[in-house]
Parts: sequence; C-alpha cells; structure tokens
Amino acid sequence: MKSAPGDIPRWVDYLLVPLVNLGVALLLTGVVVIAIGASPIEALQSLVYGAVGYPEAIGFTLYYATNFILTGLAVAVAFHAGLFNIGGEGQAYIGGLGVGLVCLAIDGWPAVLVVPVAVIAAALFGAAWGFIPGYLQARRGSHIVITTIMFNFIASALMTWLLVDVLIQPGQQAPRSRDFAGSVWLPYFHDLLRPLGIDIGRPPLNVASLLAILACVFVWLFIWHTRWGYEIRTVGHSERAARYAGISRIRAIVLAMLVSGALAGLVGVNDILGVHHYLLVGWTGGVGFVGIAVALMGRNHPVGIAMAALLFGALYQGGSEIAFDIPEITREMVIVIQGLVILFCGALENMFKPQIVAMFRRRKVAEAV
Amino acid sequence: MEFDWLSLMALAASTVRVVAPLILAALAGLFAERSGIVDIGLEGKMLGAAFAAAATAAVTGSAWLGLGAGMVVSILLSMVHGLASITYNGNQVVSGMALNILVAGLAPTLGNAWFHQGGQTPQLVGEARFGVIVLPGAQTIGQIPVIGPIYQYVISGHNILVYVAAAAVPLVWWVVYRTRFGLRLRAAGENPHALDTAGVSVTWVRYRALIITGLLCGIAGAYLSTAHNAGFVRDMTAGKGYLALAALVFGKWRPLPTLLACLLFAFADALQIRLQGVVLPVVGQVPVQFIQALPYILTVLLLAGFVGRAIAPKASGIPFVKDR
Repeated sequence: MKSAPGDIPRWVDYLLVPLVNLGVALLLTGVVVIAIGASPIEALQSLVYGAVGYPEAIGFTLYYATNFILTGLAVAVAFHAGLFNIGGEGQAYIGGLGVGLVCLAIDGWPAVLVVPVAVIAAALFGAAWGFIPGYLQARRGSHIVITTIMFNFIASALMTWLLVDVLIQPGQQAPRSRDFAGSVWLPYFHDLLRPLGIDIGRPPLNVASLLAILACVFVWLFIWHTRWGYEIRTVGHSERAARYAGISRIRAIVLAMLVSGALAGLVGVNDILGVHHYLLVGWTGGVGFVGIAVALMGRNHPVGIAMAALLFGALYQGGSEIAFDIPEITREMVIVIQGLVILFCGALENMFKPQIVAMFRRRKVAEAV
Repeated sequence: MEFDWLSLMALAASTVRVVAPLILAALAGLFAERSGIVDIGLEGKMLGAAFAAAATAAVTGSAWLGLGAGMVVSILLSMVHGLASITYNGNQVVSGMALNILVAGLAPTLGNAWFHQGGQTPQLVGEARFGVIVLPGAQTIGQIPVIGPIYQYVISGHNILVYVAAAAVPLVWWVVYRTRFGLRLRAAGENPHALDTAGVSVTWVRYRALIITGLLCGIAGAYLSTAHNAGFVRDMTAGKGYLALAALVFGKWRPLPTLLACLLFAFADALQIRLQGVVLPVVGQVPVQFIQALPYILTVLLLAGFVGRAIAPKASGIPFVKDR
C-alpha cells in the first residue's frame, strides 16, 4: 500500500522520519562506542563541545558544512531527475582543478577579476565532469551509477598525473602546484572579524560559505520555480509522463547533471581558493560521499540539506575532538555514523516509515470520528 | 627493462596474484546482479572480510579461522544489503554505498580499539597466513625450456586461495548455466514475475544469491589480508571492489568474459608497476596514471556502446513487488 504525500502532516514526513532514522543511526553508533570500551555519554559530550563549544570550533563546523551543502545539493539535483550521482567526489576534484588553472594562469591580475573567473571555472569544470556521465546516460543508456564511479577514479588518476608531471612546483618533490598570489585568496572570516574586535581563532571558514547559501537559494528557485526544474522533476517522477507531456528526457537529464556537477565543482572554491591556496592531490577526502548522506537526510530540499550539512559539519569537527579526548575512538567513528545515516535514511527508509505513517494516519481518522 | 622470458613470467605471476581477489569479487557481483540486485557494496564486503580475517587470524593464529570469520562478516553485510533491497524494497545503490562507507569507518575504528596500532592489525606470521604452495615437480619441470617456467612461476607457487579463485570460475559457470538454481537465478534477474508465476519465491532466490555474493567477497577479502598481505591496513581494498564491478560490466555479466576482463585489468596493474619511468619505443614514457585509469576508461567506453554493448540483467536494481 502506498500513501499519498498529503496523507500525513508534513512535519512528520520531513522532520520526524529523518530524526527517527538519525536516532537509530546514533543509537547503533553508541553500541559501537560501548563495544570498543568507551563511554557514549563522554563521547557525546566531547563531540558537542568539539563541534559548537567555542568560536573556533563553530568556525570549523561551518567550514565543513559549506562543502557538505554543496555536495548535498549536487546529489539532490540529480536525485530530482531520478539519477544517482556518486560522482560528486570527482566533480569536486575537477572543479578544484578549474580554480587552480585559472589562478595559476592569471593570479597576477586584480582579484575582483580573478575570483569570479575562478568561481565560474570551478562550476564549469565540475559541470563538464558531470556532463559526460549525464550525456552517456541520456543518449547511450550507460548506467550513471557505474559511469560516475568510474569518473571518480579517472579524475583521481588525471589529477595525480597533472600534479606529478605537469603542474608540479619546479624544484619540489611533493605533488603540488606553486602557491597562488596572496591577492586572490578568499578572505577568512577570522580576518574579517578581527578589526571588529572579535577573535574566533583561526578556523578555515571563508567567504565561500556565502556561496553555499546562495547555492541553496539557487537550487530552490531552479528546482521548484523554473520550467527546467519542473521538467527535471517530471522526468524523475515518470519518464513516460514526461514523454507524454512533450518534455525532452535527454535535455532534463543532461541539464540536471550539469547543474549537479557545477554545484559539486564549487567545493573547489571553498577548499582550493579559500583554504589551501595551491593545487594538491587528494584534497577532497570523501566530501562527495558525505553529500549522499546529507541529501538523503535533507530529503533533497535545500533547507533540509542545509540542516543536515550543519549536522555533518558538526560531526566531522566534533569527531576530531573526540579522537583527541578519548584515545579509544578515532576520527573514523564519524564515517561509521555517516554510513549508518545513509543506511537508515536511505536504504532502510521503509523500515520505520510505515509504522510512523500508520500512527499518524490512525490518529487523524480518530479525530475525524 | 628487458622483456626476456623470465621477466615476462614474473609479470604473469604478479598478474595472477592481482587477479585472484578481483575475479572472486567480480563473481560475487555476478550472483547479485544476475539475481536482480545491484551491488556496489563489493568493496565494503571485501574490506570487512579483510579486517575480520586478519583480526581473527591475529588472535587465533589460524588463517583458516580467519577465512571463516571473513566469510561470516561478509555474508552478514550481504544480508543487510538483502534486508534493504529485498525485504524493504529500498534503493540498492544507496544500500551498497552505505555499507561501503560503514565498513570503511568501522574496520579502522575496531582495529584501533582492539590492537592499538592505528587501525591496523598485527603483522601475521606462520600459520596465521596462507603460505605459498609449491606444486609437485616445480623445480624439475622448471628446467624445461619455454614451458617449464610457466609451470614453475605462473601455475605453481601461489597460496591456496589463488587456486580457489581459479576453481571458482568454472564452478560459477556450471552453477549459473547448468543447474536449476542457476536458471532461477537468471530468471530472477531478467523476469522475476515469470519466476513468481512458476511458483518460485523470488525473495528466496535473491537472498541465496546474496549469500553466495557474501561468501565469495569473504574469500576475496581474506585473500587480501591473510594471503596477499600479512595483515589489515585501512582502505586496503583500494577500489578493488569497484574495479571488480567494472570487470563484471566489461565481461557482460558472464563468468568467462568477466575472467578475461579481470585478467586484462590485473595485467594493466602489474604492468604499470614495471613501466614506471620506462621509456617505450614510439610512444615514449607512458604516465602510470594513464594505465591505472585505463580499466575505468575502457569500462565507460563499453557502457557507452563504443566498444561492444553491455546490457545489464533486465530487472537488476528494481525491487520485486509481487502482483496482487
């Protein structure tokens, strides 16, 4: 039996169900914590303090959340077209390449010119890396899950080659480019706040976070308030209905993957232009995969994604604090939580949902009587 | 670097060592996908099995107990995948991804808590590791010119799990194409409703397929940590699960072509280690990264239909909902 979306209160669908699933994931994490001989209460205290306990921690949390918002939105836009984009990792990596190439080429120019060009390059490079799997899916029926996985590996090999053989800083052993000129670095928030007499330590939070907020608004407008978004959602719901309505399936799929790749590519702005200030290998560190968890928890809506990204930002930052405080627990604990969230919010979403839905539907009937 | 006969044999031998876990994982994927379950969680199951095998072998000192533990853990993970994708009709790709990420976090977390070596397991020695088996007469036959070294270096001198992997290919072929279960397996992946109409439980066929998937991934994982290497290190699968998936696609979901794809990928892997810094005639120095990326590029080209056509089992990825 399938329930129509209007059957249950919206807050149940959008808030209670994800929270129950998150609760189960956290409960199981607690079991793991107990199993390795640590105290879950202590771990939770350490996690919360490490994530939001002092200004610098909050800065770190927001910095992580910025990346997760972008990759979460990327996964969500593809989801709306019925596509599962596992390639956020590679698209972000290549987006960073776009930023790097622009900066290495023209970082002598005024920053007002270089920064926008770098942002556009990040989006374009990411979009290009999303376009190929999207196009192959739409035109040739190549399964996008497999192709995006392959493109992650291809991106990784490409970047290693570029940094080892081509872009490497002359006279250096490590695979990294030269530093960009300081004038094009994105300003850190701690530098902006210092003149106001506010000291927040030195978190990597930079103005690219504003870009993530803009991206949320953009996705909301794009998916729900443009004709393109409408077409993408229609194709995602039913390709047959879309065809019947005269919507081009190919255009919708390719467009969704372009936007998805562009969003993931913007991670390069936050990390390469905002934090590292040079190109390096392996800087993405799984950010594309966190996006999957974030999109699933956020129910593919920008507001939900922003909240889920903040939660995961807090988990990532708090996770390093736990590893510092409690020797039994390592940073990988956060990855366990991430996996469990994807499992319960995504794969096993039908496990608790019917019961919750039934609970609320019954009450509604009782009220009516 | 000279390409004499013996160095070619060494290259072939290292290809065999790389191909063993790859083909086991690819055959594992074959059972899942032929039954209609998309499984991108091969990576996670292998990693989980590698950790369980190494941890058990380190504690008990027995590689065989390690293998058993690896298979059990891998089958349990496979059952979680079954629960999500068969019982609860969940998204199979999401489930596979979840398991990959979960294990990538869980294995080093537990490893660190149990062994205090930064997520690794202790170095395995002696009986805790699968040793090399020298086949009878390897020394003597090895004296025969040309074909002798093939026997001595390529066929002989591997651990038992390599031979298990070799035996698995014809065995899987026989199960899939010559047994009743194999017929039902393929039907579940192509047209589950027909199977259901015939009175066979699609659910049970798919669960059995996933048990076999878990079993084979378990052997592959145990191979990595207790045979090929001497212990578990974090992320030791290093994308082999995805490479196996690519080989499965490349082999068009058939056992023998999949073996060939695995051999090709493994050969590329063995070759790139030897080609580092070598200047070849005509093409010059080939970037090793290009050879590393080659299997993935080839798979994309194949999926795009530029080299042959890869058509997945028709019902794979679609939850089976019984008609009422």
